[in-house]
Amino acid sequence: MTGLELVVTRSAEVVPGVRELVLARPDGGPLPAHPAGSHVVAECGERRNAYSLTNGGAEPREYAVAVLRRPGGRGGSAWLHERRPGDPLVVSAPRCAFAPVLTARRHLLVAGGIGITPMLAHVRDAVRWNRDVELLYAHRPDAPAYAADLDRLLGERLRRTSDRREFRGLLGDALRRQPLGTHLYVCGPAPLMELVTDTAEAAGWPAQRVHRERFTAAEVAPGTPFTARLRRSGRDVAVAAGTTLLDALHAAGVAVPSMCRQGVCGECRVPVLAGQPQHRDEYLDEHERAAGTCVLPCVSRSETGVLEVDL
Amino acid sequence: MNPESRLARFPFPLRADTYRYSTNIEPARVPVRTETGEWGGVLLDVDDDYAADLAERKRILKADPGRLQVLPHVRPACWDALLTCLRELAAQRPDELSLRCEGGELAWRNDLLGVCARFREGDDDALPGGPLGFLGSQIQDDIVLLDQREGALWADAGLVTFASGWSLRFDVGMRFDEVHGPVPRVHEDGVLARAERFLLRLRPGQEYRRTNWSLAAGGRLDHSAESSPEWAADRARAATARGRELAALVHLRVEVQHLVRLGASGALLFLIRTYLLPLAELARVPAWRLRLGRVLAELPDDIAGYKGLTPFRDAAVEYLLGS
Repeated sequence: MTGLELVVTRSAEVVPGVRELVLARPDGGPLPAHPAGSHVVAECGERRNAYSLTNGGAEPREYAVAVLRRPGGRGGSAWLHERRPGDPLVVSAPRCAFAPVLTARRHLLVAGGIGITPMLAHVRDAVRWNRDVELLYAHRPDAPAYAADLDRLLGERLRRTSDRREFRGLLGDALRRQPLGTHLYVCGPAPLMELVTDTAEAAGWPAQRVHRERFTAAEVAPGTPFTARLRRSGRDVAVAAGTTLLDALHAAGVAVPSMCRQGVCGECRVPVLAGQPQHRDEYLDEHERAAGTCVLPCVSRSETGVLEVDL
Repeated sequence: MNPESRLARFPFPLRADTYRYSTNIEPARVPVRTETGEWGGVLLDVDDDYAADLAERKRILKADPGRLQVLPHVRPACWDALLTCLRELAAQRPDELSLRCEGGELAWRNDLLGVCARFREGDDDALPGGPLGFLGSQIQDDIVLLDQREGALWADAGLVTFASGWSLRFDVGMRFDEVHGPVPRVHEDGVLARAERFLLRLRPGQEYRRTNWSLAAGGRLDHSAESSPEWAADRARAATARGRELAALVHLRVEVQHLVRLGASGALLFLIRTYLLPLAELARVPAWRLRLGRVLAELPDDIAGYKGLTPFRDAAVEYLLGS
């Protein structure tokens, strides 16, 4: 992962079990801008976890994330909870699969617990551009993270509760009285997400108007090492995990023309003579993939230990 | 621009002796060495034609304000595009261009045009033409903003005065694949679908570019559908011209198109910068003369027809490849 090497500038427990980390470049310079609903993948010791950015996305100089401590988790959240001002932290560039739909008549946001984090950015963006927004927020009685900020930003457009029954009532009501063209955004624990989407479906919401943020593996797997055997020059080139075949070839001084380096343009296509390519590109069609007679070295790898190519 | 400088900076687009549409996308800002010089090192190319091109855009917009189209929901993207491009210009030419934040207001200063503007982000009335109209008065590129939703891209705003045979007024609000409906082969070949998948996945701050080309009769930048009565006469003249007359009239028209995923709005900014070179000047470079001649001679009829060069293709081949 080519990450952003940041430092922690603030670290504070905002409610019990939730720690907010504010990150900046060591020189305080501008960070990549991003839409509301974006996340970064943080390197937390041995783990990589995705966290929503709660800050405004225009010309940011700080990224803010809120980390829920998961005692039964794999250690990433506990490691982050130990970060203090001055500590280094590497995060990916922001990604977004949960952005506002600008044509929406209204955004109905539903958050449960730590799922409030992407909604904070949504609320800030909606208020800034005067878009119609409403938030329903379920939280533990002792952990209403960011409730004061949200109260101030939204006033009566925020409904929050710690009572399951009340939440179900507010949810059913909210899903039934929205104007046509409203988009629903939901983020929270799996049972809550399921409840919200099931209730929406039962209330007749079209699937395209229901947006879910879940944190699954955001990174392409680095893959396993393999050897590229070059038939014409009779050389073997080792391709390490996390290194592309194209980069390995270039490092070995083998010229392969390339353009997009994203598996889209097809410029770097190389014939395969033996071995089974692991296709990760968007360029080859189904027949070409099945035939396995060529590979796009900028993104694709090998299923077999050796991939022999016509170079 | 003087002919030497035009030739040295010209983005000659043909990489082989045959041409087909392809998903020819590459990273932006990478300089390309050519037979005559270099192009492509910057995102926004400010050249000797800067003031003249912007005066021409102003004239066209005054006569036809419909060249600027903004659907209301993409206002935030228009501001994002404006600020992104002004910052980029200022970083590129710090002695002549600057964008400063002063007491909650932004102050733009452009000594190349003698323009100063103070405005608050989001205040459309503070800038002539609103954010997109103002941006179009500061960069030579045509501008299209694509909103991303429902797994597709939508051309929801733009300022296009130098189009080649199309009209933003007609296309505004269309989906990416609808905008490209008339282009031959790109649908069946999967070129367009691949390009759209690529664009949909671009992350904030990622910048790519591609080139496109055609031949055009006459040296005007505006070859839009709206202005066809103005350029039809040159086109008719080119159909019968030969030799030196043809070479002075017919231009290789190259578009350097940049694709930028904006950060704060998440919209896709599509910039189209158009360059024109008369065949007579192009022919001074033997490699270009030969390559363009061969490409034109081999080009399938449907692509030639779509590019609008059928009436003078044979004469251009004769001029370029003849003794």
